[in-house]
Amino acid sequence: MDGSRRGFLKYVGLTALGAAGAAGTLRARPPSESEPVHSDAPTAGTVRWAMVIDLRKFASDNVALERCIKACHAAHNVPDFGDDAKNEIKWLWAEDFETAFHSQEFHYLRQDLQGKPTLLLCNHCDNPPCTRVCPTQATWKREHDGIVMMDWHRCIGCRYCIVACPYGSRSFNWTDPRPFVKDAHPEFPTRMRGVVEKCTFCEERLARGREPACVEACANGEIVFGDLNDSESEVRRLLAEHLAIRRKPGLGTQPEVYYIVEDPRTLMEVAPAAVVSEEGEDA
Amino acid sequence: MHDVGKIAGGLVVFLVLVTSPLWYNALSASAPGVPELAKPPNGSQQCVEETEYMRANHMDMLNEWRDDVVRTGERDYTSALTGRTFDMSLSRTCMDCHSNKADFCDRCHDYMAVSPYCWDCHVEPREAE
Repeated sequence: MDGSRRGFLKYVGLTALGAAGAAGTLRARPPSESEPVHSDAPTAGTVRWAMVIDLRKFASDNVALERCIKACHAAHNVPDFGDDAKNEIKWLWAEDFETAFHSQEFHYLRQDLQGKPTLLLCNHCDNPPCTRVCPTQATWKREHDGIVMMDWHRCIGCRYCIVACPYGSRSFNWTDPRPFVKDAHPEFPTRMRGVVEKCTFCEERLARGREPACVEACANGEIVFGDLNDSESEVRRLLAEHLAIRRKPGLGTQPEVYYIVEDPRTLMEVAPAAVVSEEGEDA
Repeated sequence: MHDVGKIAGGLVVFLVLVTSPLWYNALSASAPGVPELAKPPNGSQQCVEETEYMRANHMDMLNEWRDDVVRTGERDYTSALTGRTFDMSLSRTCMDCHSNKADFCDRCHDYMAVSPYCWDCHVEPREAE
């Protein structure tokens, strides 16, 4: 370009024209392209793993709860930082019911649910916000079974996913976790400093036909794991027969961890008609 | 031309010093110390592929195994040599036989001055005392 005024104006005009053209092309894109459509219909030939946590079965002594957490963290060499909240690594953890479901705004909550420790973990959302923001595809949603997977080899520790996850399911290794893993066992790796980690629905166990560690640790069917695409599965039966809620449903992330919140008295294996007639005596 | 002798002499000394490792190896009687690698303690005789192939390509194979397992969820490796199927796992398959990491992996890696970061995360097998 020569240094003349005329040359400069021609250059500016061409740039403006180009910018206008680009803006037009962007607007022409249909909005449906970026907004995935969700439906309950299963995709043929795929599995959709989901978890149903039956809050009725978790007794107030927290024995079952602790056993599940311990089994998970032992199976995956999760470091224990004690009371050091900044460094805490969580795969499976507990919050009280109101905190876990604070977006539901329960008022005059049923007494047995008040302050009830509730197991939390990665929800393996159908529409996960965390995977969208990962710049290295170190976390992504598996097409064939819906697990939100992590590749710790590839994580660069930018922590965008931690910001994106509305459930606090992801933890960051601020310091080398190895000294804080008691008896690291060689079956599963630890992580290194600068890497994000979270629950993977025990995909390494599923691959070998085993149930997740927390489910296996349950003696009484407190947690049920299964395939939502299989209409005969136990998780589908539980969801069909009971009232189950999910965390922060308004966000549209479609979590795949469900919580049965019915009255524990419904656990009594009696005919529905009998429950109605007994209710007067129980109250 | 001043100091031709000093400059030439300096150059000769420099060249001798720079090439001294080569001279040393060529003139010393003993062969360069190629590390002796320990055989698997469990008596296993055959790796998943030919020994020569493994020696040259184990690092690429481990990278492929890693990608297959983590990215695609494929966990079985069928040996081209024996047709046997193996679990694609560093900790469970490789280290199951080569449980003597210090006398196998480390010995050669130290010799080659490479430091793979596998063990930053993967847990090395407990050495049998």
